[in-house]
Amino acid sequence: MSTLQYIILIPALIFVLMSVASGLIWVERRLLGIWQDRLGPNRVGPFGVLQVLADILKVFTKEDWVPPFADKPVFITAPAIIVVTVLITFAVVPFGPRAGLADLNIGLLFFLAMSSLGVYSVALAGWASDSKYSLLGGLRASAQMISYEVFMGLSLMGVVMLAGSFNLRTIVLAQRHMWNIVPQFLGFIIFMIAGIAETHRLPFDLPEAESELVAGFHSEYSGMKFGMFFLGEYFGITLISAMMTTLFLGGWMGPVLPPIVWFALKTFAFICFFILLRATLPRPRYDQLMSFGWKTMFPLSLVNLLVTGGIILAAR
Amino acid sequence: MLALLRALWLILLHTFKKRVTVQYPEQKPYVPPRWRGRIILSRDPDGGERCVACYLCAVACPVDCIALQAAEDETGRRYPASFRINFSRCIFCGYCEEACPTYAIQLTTDYEMGEYRRANLVYEKEDLLISGQGKYPGYNFYRVAGVEIGGKAKGEAENERPPVDVRGLLP
Ligand code: SF4
Ligand code: SF4
Repeated sequence: MSTLQYIILIPALIFVLMSVASGLIWVERRLLGIWQDRLGPNRVGPFGVLQVLADILKVFTKEDWVPPFADKPVFITAPAIIVVTVLITFAVVPFGPRAGLADLNIGLLFFLAMSSLGVYSVALAGWASDSKYSLLGGLRASAQMISYEVFMGLSLMGVVMLAGSFNLRTIVLAQRHMWNIVPQFLGFIIFMIAGIAETHRLPFDLPEAESELVAGFHSEYSGMKFGMFFLGEYFGITLISAMMTTLFLGGWMGPVLPPIVWFALKTFAFICFFILLRATLPRPRYDQLMSFGWKTMFPLSLVNLLVTGGIILAAR
Repeated sequence: MLALLRALWLILLHTFKKRVTVQYPEQKPYVPPRWRGRIILSRDPDGGERCVACYLCAVACPVDCIALQAAEDETGRRYPASFRINFSRCIFCGYCEEACPTYAIQLTTDYEMGEYRRANLVYEKEDLLISGQGKYPGYNFYRVAGVEIGGKAKGEAENERPPVDVRGLLP
């Protein structure tokens, strides 16, 4: 692609992602409402879609307050980090056979690296806020994300072995005959759980944990800085759903409909599933989360890796 | 694990359940007749003001939001010269209604009293006084009370015997 194309495509992609992320706020509230026998926001505009606009206006006009005891520069950069790291990762996601910004041959590694960088956002936010709740939230976030990252990477190795490449486009093309979710079902489940933990969504929202830590790492944030964390979270959900689609559900592939529509549909289905999880599951205790990660998920992903490797060797 | 999947399925089934939301402005919720809402001052069956300005409601009010000034007309009948309720402080506890000896002050089923300006929530006597009898029809305090006012001497109230002459010898 030429430079000019990039200059047009990048803002377009960012715009689309922004709209998706803010639209998701409405989708999430509506769906949660439906699953709790309520209606959800349905007042502003048709079916309440303009609620998003009202929310954005509200968050922009809120007082943007930095607590006097906070570490100012770090406090201000922290929310930007999460948005930037997640947005950068979208560059390697193949939305269609030709669509997508970068065709990186280590696309998968790039995704893993960027999602690890996201830890800095929460950890620094918790540290810079200089408040006990935020610090506890930040501590939990870093421990949780680092431990879940380990088997998030491991669970994907099966996919890499099947495709023989780290390139996301090649991985999608390798699923022409059979989607990875069939041979790599265990890897899929492990990746999904790790993905939820990475984006610290419910039920793994221990860094936020409204009921115990007020709002965890973003207790001290207000206005658009808080909005950035929110945006980052919704970007994160979209990214994990897009990655699950790419890695396990055959990406853009599907009959009849155009590829980009298939991609969007699959991604949206995963997002809805995430919201359903939120509506259903209670939050585990912190030690339960840790032992679940290290004592169940980690060995399982190792077994998955060994068995996949063994089968591929034997089939050769 | 199975319980988990079952929970997910059950929550998913809630998509088809009946909604419990009452779509408020279009769809009014049921309000019981004894609802404690906007306060009114009622009149007796003869059209006179029931309130006798005894201050009992003002004393009973836990948040002290009733202010009134007593006055007396030429017949000796008491009435409030001014009566003010500050609804921005009222907690709608209904103690004023319980304290009132004349059924004058009553809480009604109206609750839609939102205002943009706080000062508009201060209701004066002309805002409070209604033309009817409210929840308790047919009661007139001066007709049953033994108080003497112009046009009704002692012993002339309903079910009241003529006063006993305490200095007389006969029973
Ligand atoms: S309802 Fe309660 S708070 Fe309101 S005026 Fe009567 S006594 Fe006062
Ligand atoms: S409203 Fe009732 S309690 Fe209050 S001053 Fe009048 S008569 Fe007395």
